[in-house]
Amino acid sequence: MSQRIPITVRVNGVTYQREVEPRLLLSDFIRHDLGLTGTHVGCEHGVCGACTILFDGQPVRSCLLFAVQADGHNILTIEGLAPDPDHLHPIQEAFQDAHALQCGFCTPGFVMTLKPFLEENPDPSDEEIREAISGNLCRCTGYDHIVDAVRIAAEKMQK
Amino acid sequence: MKPPPFDYHAPTTLAEALALMAQHGYGAKALAGGQSLVPTMNFRLAAPSVLVDLNRIPDLGYIRTAPDGGLLIGAMTRHVQVEKSPKVADRYPLLHATMPKIAHPQIRNRGTIGGSIAHADPAAELPALLRAVQGRVKAQSTRGSRWIDADDFFTGFFTTALAEDELITEIHLPPLPAGSGWAVEEVSRRHGDFALVGVFAVLKLDGAGRCDHVRISLFGVGDGPMLAQTAMGILRGEKLDDEAIATAADAAAQKDVDPPSDVHATASFRRHLVNVLVQRTLSQALARATGQEVTA
Repeated sequence: MSQRIPITVRVNGVTYQREVEPRLLLSDFIRHDLGLTGTHVGCEHGVCGACTILFDGQPVRSCLLFAVQADGHNILTIEGLAPDPDHLHPIQEAFQDAHALQCGFCTPGFVMTLKPFLEENPDPSDEEIREAISGNLCRCTGYDHIVDAVRIAAEKMQK
Repeated sequence: MKPPPFDYHAPTTLAEALALMAQHGYGAKALAGGQSLVPTMNFRLAAPSVLVDLNRIPDLGYIRTAPDGGLLIGAMTRHVQVEKSPKVADRYPLLHATMPKIAHPQIRNRGTIGGSIAHADPAAELPALLRAVQGRVKAQSTRGSRWIDADDFFTGFFTTALAEDELITEIHLPPLPAGSGWAVEEVSRRHGDFALVGVFAVLKLDGAGRCDHVRISLFGVGDGPMLAQTAMGILRGEKLDDEAIATAADAAAQKDVDPPSDVHATASFRRHLVNVLVQRTLSQALARATGQEVTA
């Protein structure tokens, strides 16, 4: 039962080799084993969206994957989003500009959800935006400022 | 680490996976998308001793045209692949219309068609769709393979006709009868959450304008996807007008369901929703069957 399995995972462009117990959740692996605590853990059953990461480019719940399943895969977390230490990603800038966060707990999940969405839909309607973020819960903002931020981010990313 | 410990296997062929299922039997669970299994393990509602991860097996994700003109969908096809498939949009608009109602985009990126059917959540869309269109499930084990009709597949609360060593490998959705109309509607607390009540309707009229085929499949109101048999009986052979539809919807709500009360909705509210949604889906299906544009 105390099986340990070697895995090789690429996270934010860095290759990590670790041995993991099969039951280790990918979210816990990212936070505890790799120390990347920007990925937040809320509900741990796939409802809140706080742990959203990009798995081979697609947003997924990292609390609903086991770390062993990530062997050989490519992961992007919130830490890997900004182009360099002095600049934010346009989505992060837009969240700041539109006051789209208050406590900030849900923010990494929103931002990671929105990156591929805006890359695929550079000019989304409000309805499409609300559908895109329907799997992320925010208890502070009431969502309106987040929708504003997505509009601003869309403009920034088109430039 | 919330889930209980288990032994992990990641076979790379179907034969290997079937051998593992045969070897470990009841204690083994197949891990497909994991979007239902992992939450239940995180809550420790499920504690399988062995997980057989199907994600490393190539060739189980595909969408093909069936010989009868319907669709054959590989069990490991992800929801997002079906949602974005031009073939599904073109050949199976009912399935195309259903996909965005299933959970959230992040879940649809991982969740699989086979996993959703095998999990048999009473409030899930795909099991109810399978009953509405009289689909079939292909089950495979080291003993061989068999097709199970949707009407025989869902046997109770989160329970199916699958034997403990069997895996779903393919889903068959037969084409809807020529000239039929369809509709799907659901009500949930938040878009993408499990439906409080959902309804699929498929119907067809004969040359005289009488209903000669009808399926009303309900989810969220019983211990599995269920047919509104009384309502279907009322409609068969009848001219479908607003009055007939209202009578059938009322029968569905009063006679066909005995819905649960829980934190999300009371039984009487669910009954009300059954009435409203059966009316709505029948009206939309009728409009489609008679060649009218429907904007749902």
